[in-house]
Amino acid sequence: MVSKDRIKLEVKDLEIRYGSHVALQGATLNIRENEIFGIIGPANSGKTSFLRAINRMDEMTSGMRVKGTLEFNGKDVSQWRNLYALRSRIGVVFPLPVGLPMSVYDNVAFAAKLRGVKGKANLDEVVERCLTRAALWDEVKDRLDSLGSLLSGGQQQRLTIARALSQDPELLLLDEFSIAVDPVTTMRIEEVLKDLKKEMTIVLVTNLVQQARRLADRTALFLAGEVVEVGKTKRLFGGAATDQRTTDYIEGRFG
Amino acid sequence: MSDAIKNGFQAAPLDRRNQRNQRVFRLLFLTMTVILIVPVVVILALLTIKGAPALSWGFFTESPKNGLTEGGIFPALVGTLWLVAVALVASVPLGVAAAIYLSEYAKDNLLTRLINLAIINLAGVPSIVHALFGLGAFVLFFKFGTSILAASLTLAIMTLPVVIVSTREALQSVPQSFRLACWSLGATRWQTIRKVVLPNSISGILTGVILEVSRTVGETAPIMFTGAVFFLPFLPQSVMDQTMAMSLHLYNVATQVPDIPEALPFGVALSLILMVLLLNSVSIAFRVHLRRVKKW
Repeated sequence: MVSKDRIKLEVKDLEIRYGSHVALQGATLNIRENEIFGIIGPANSGKTSFLRAINRMDEMTSGMRVKGTLEFNGKDVSQWRNLYALRSRIGVVFPLPVGLPMSVYDNVAFAAKLRGVKGKANLDEVVERCLTRAALWDEVKDRLDSLGSLLSGGQQQRLTIARALSQDPELLLLDEFSIAVDPVTTMRIEEVLKDLKKEMTIVLVTNLVQQARRLADRTALFLAGEVVEVGKTKRLFGGAATDQRTTDYIEGRFG
Repeated sequence: MSDAIKNGFQAAPLDRRNQRNQRVFRLLFLTMTVILIVPVVVILALLTIKGAPALSWGFFTESPKNGLTEGGIFPALVGTLWLVAVALVASVPLGVAAAIYLSEYAKDNLLTRLINLAIINLAGVPSIVHALFGLGAFVLFFKFGTSILAASLTLAIMTLPVVIVSTREALQSVPQSFRLACWSLGATRWQTIRKVVLPNSISGILTGVILEVSRTVGETAPIMFTGAVFFLPFLPQSVMDQTMAMSLHLYNVATQVPDIPEALPFGVALSLILMVLLLNSVSIAFRVHLRRVKKW
């Protein structure tokens, strides 16, 4: 069964350093198409650095060095000649919502405009579709011209999800998206994600162990720069983890 | 009521000492601030009292007469506007572009650090040295002669560090998270700069330009050998002409001309300050307008 699934992201022996500090070492795993891949682990274990390496943000982060292979669609990300083509296929949602300093409409239409989509009708369609899928349309359809930053925190985070969706990404990276969002909104976004995985691959970094349990098909535990274990979420949470540290972390004995 | 609660409402000796210290330091800093304001107020008051009688409509619209002892300041006023305008045209695009490179593109390496060091040192060079450089480079080597062009380029080089440093600070005040969000949407650096960084730093950049204008209007030494003259009966027609300038004119009427009515130098000084204030308030008004439409 497993071998039939297509691999979206193949990671071999990845190492990420900031100067002499090693953020991630010897990471080997693969992420399959149309799955939600959960990454759990305490702070400072290399989760965010891993996401940054995927869309080559290392180029924009001073002191960050990446070694090893990280293949996206079978091609090493460091071999992508056009960085912007790579990034436009990968949507990113940050821990704290980053509303660009422009209107709700422009936040969502921005990526489409960058790709050369023209005409108000076309842009309108993108904006409505993405906001609807991010479960935000009904709340903001009458105030598309107001500033994105005037929305509530939970709405802003859904706005950034809508913005990420406007790229039509093949891969969606979510970095602790619910950190500044109330539980009700979190649940709504989680429903959206379950729906989205039919169309894209989702990497979900979360510090809520139960969120990984609810959403992820497979889960990896990162610990102090090491990938401790990767496996089916059901197995890891069903008490059948191979590594004792995984069981301990899931059951809340540390971290 | 128990003693403990009663004591809770009484200030202990330590509390009283803290409160006394608090008052002492507040008074100290307030005094320093007042001392700082005194010279500004005195200068403005003195100039206004002594210079105001010299001001009239004719003072601003007539040329100086009788070896500068009579008449107005019109050619100097116009000359300074020329100098400021040409200096801005030369330094703002250059300075803003350099600041964008340093802030948005340059990696933190040896070269970047050397450039930064050079900029800081350029800011520390005395204006008379800039004047001699301008004389050697623009007047003599490039054969611009003593002209508005040579004087303005000298002023431009002198004020470049101000523009670069203030623009870079304005750019860096735009949160890094905006850039990250923009990049991860697949935007290039230039798209990010044009759509997000510049629109949100423009008011800060203008602040730097305001500073530059004030400094350019007041500088005397750099234009003395490069383009400004003691007296010209006519207005400059092109950037290759020599010109009178407010700052040099003030220096001349204050120190070089004997038997001058006392009100005249004060009138020139007051006009110079009014001119700076006027130019500044135009830019400030523009900045306020931009800030009103600022988006976060």
